[in-house]
Amino acid sequence: MGLQRVVRSCIVDAPIERVWAVLRDFNSHDQWHTVVAQSAIEDNKTSDRVGCVRNFTLADGNHVREMLLSLSDKDHISTYTIVEATVPLMRYVATVTLKPVTDGNRTFWHWVSTFEAPVGMERDLRDMVAHGVYEAGFANLKNYLALGSPSKAPMPLVQPVTNSGAAIEAPAIRLRDYGKPSEMQLESITVPPPAAGQVRIRQTAVGVNYFDVYLRKGWMPDFLPLPGTPGMEAAGEVIDVGPDVTSLLPGDRVVYMCPMPGSYVGIRNVPVACTTRIPPDVRDEAAAALLLKGVTADYLLRDLGHVKSGTRVLIHAAAGGVGQLVSAWAASMGALVVGTVSTPEKARIARDHGCHHVIVGRHYQFSQAIQTICQGADVVIDGLGNAAREENFAALARCGHWISLGQASGPLQDISPDWLVQKSLTFSRPVAFDYVATQAALNERAERIWQALRSGHIRSPEVELFALRDASLAHERLESRQSAGSLVLRPA
Amino acid sequence: MIQVYTSSVIDATADDVWSRIRDFNALPIWHPSIADSRIENNQPSDRIGCVRYFHLRDGGLIRERLLALSDYDFTCSYSILESPMGVENYVATLKLTPVTDGGRCFAEWSAEFDCAASRETELSQMIGQGVFQVGFDALKRYFATRR
Repeated sequence: MGLQRVVRSCIVDAPIERVWAVLRDFNSHDQWHTVVAQSAIEDNKTSDRVGCVRNFTLADGNHVREMLLSLSDKDHISTYTIVEATVPLMRYVATVTLKPVTDGNRTFWHWVSTFEAPVGMERDLRDMVAHGVYEAGFANLKNYLALGSPSKAPMPLVQPVTNSGAAIEAPAIRLRDYGKPSEMQLESITVPPPAAGQVRIRQTAVGVNYFDVYLRKGWMPDFLPLPGTPGMEAAGEVIDVGPDVTSLLPGDRVVYMCPMPGSYVGIRNVPVACTTRIPPDVRDEAAAALLLKGVTADYLLRDLGHVKSGTRVLIHAAAGGVGQLVSAWAASMGALVVGTVSTPEKARIARDHGCHHVIVGRHYQFSQAIQTICQGADVVIDGLGNAAREENFAALARCGHWISLGQASGPLQDISPDWLVQKSLTFSRPVAFDYVATQAALNERAERIWQALRSGHIRSPEVELFALRDASLAHERLESRQSAGSLVLRPA
Repeated sequence: MIQVYTSSVIDATADDVWSRIRDFNALPIWHPSIADSRIENNQPSDRIGCVRYFHLRDGGLIRERLLALSDYDFTCSYSILESPMGVENYVATLKLTPVTDGGRCFAEWSAEFDCAASRETELSQMIGQGVFQVGFDALKRYFATRR
């Protein structure tokens, strides 16, 4: 008998505002604590009213009603007591206290309770509270904060502290004329504090895509007016957030893809809707190298190709960034994957990434081989463009789907309905950004990419790093078609 | 009233850290900025009200009075009686709390004081980083070699 006391504490690798945003919500536990299956506040009160009662249904079927006794946004303290429970914890009063760890911007979380227990059950109940509730809660919340899955992302009830920040100088690549890689020069820019809806990111890794080459060459002047900065994606750390942004905090690691070019810079303001958090097991360079290509592979295979077991997929440039991902991912779905490449060395890479058959050649001659291998392709993912127009048509099976992803040899001419009707073909000309038009869509696709990485369905790309100032070298490398990995620029 | 708060995590048990810093006369042993220290009037260093008389490595003399000491809460509070810093009504508290996860120690060092308005930023920085954080860094280094 006697008063039992349980104390547990831990360090959470997140700023105190972020941890408190979750813990101050007396009704949040069913979102993050695996012990709690359901939570509801009685009498339609809000969860921050002192005296409100929460009604828990635990995962093991027990019921607990707890009353909020005190709540302090000043001291980050929440105290509560059990008013009724199917477990024999009597006179149970618990206090959660958070304190900032100023050395490292982390959080100290202290959880203490006192209670009385029936004779003989003291130790079991102490263990249950200490391990089953407090320590499990530490692990659950760390997991919840780190993964920040979109459907469960906490909406902080307190405004996060924002760096009221001044403008910051940063390096930037500027294109003053369309043309050769050498037109891209390093300059210095001033990045203002983030506006409403924006986050300011200190970039650590910038993904380089073939699309950036098109922009540099001036194929889409409306998209990148001069002087301009190319680049569609990057990863980094949030410096500060705009006035109305509550879903991210300074210090969060994020990766983004943004339909407005301009990622070849050291620091950038981007709409929060273009960002998604990087899970702890993914490095910044991998995230920057993967996001746009991974999203592309995801919508190609899932939304457009409807790829399933037995689907015949023809992917051009199968050893390229998107090609590797598409090949590996499609193969993991049970598809028959045929790739085209320009050299025997690239054929080896394509096979290594899941291509079942590889056709080698530089002269856009592949339709005969496809017909021999599998009597035509159900899905053609075409990055070649006009020079391979007739061959792609010939390579498609009846009712096939021609997806025009890129136009390396020049814009496709005359894809007329009367031509497609000869084989009941479908033709698509997708843009990745339309498939991530909302943050929820981006989060969902990103989560599938990270999951595919973890399960080994796709591989983290081999990254070739270049300094930001050497963006022109990276473009030369990309256009030389010598690289088999993903190119990433490092601003610092 | 200016408030300064610095906190850190030290990879040692609170017991071990406390035994290194509990002695009000032990600053020169564990804090790299302190050159020497003695307790005035031959008093024991855990007697509430005793005064420590010490020099910084740059030569400055400081006298501080022990206001509170708790072996139960791992807490030590003291006030400045005399110093070259230009602070008044200076009261500081050093507190340790065990981190049960990993057997570590959460250390907090806070101070309240008054000073000339023009020196608030400089003194907050000097005390929070130059004194408190430097002390924590020294403890972290010391215990890093002993685990």
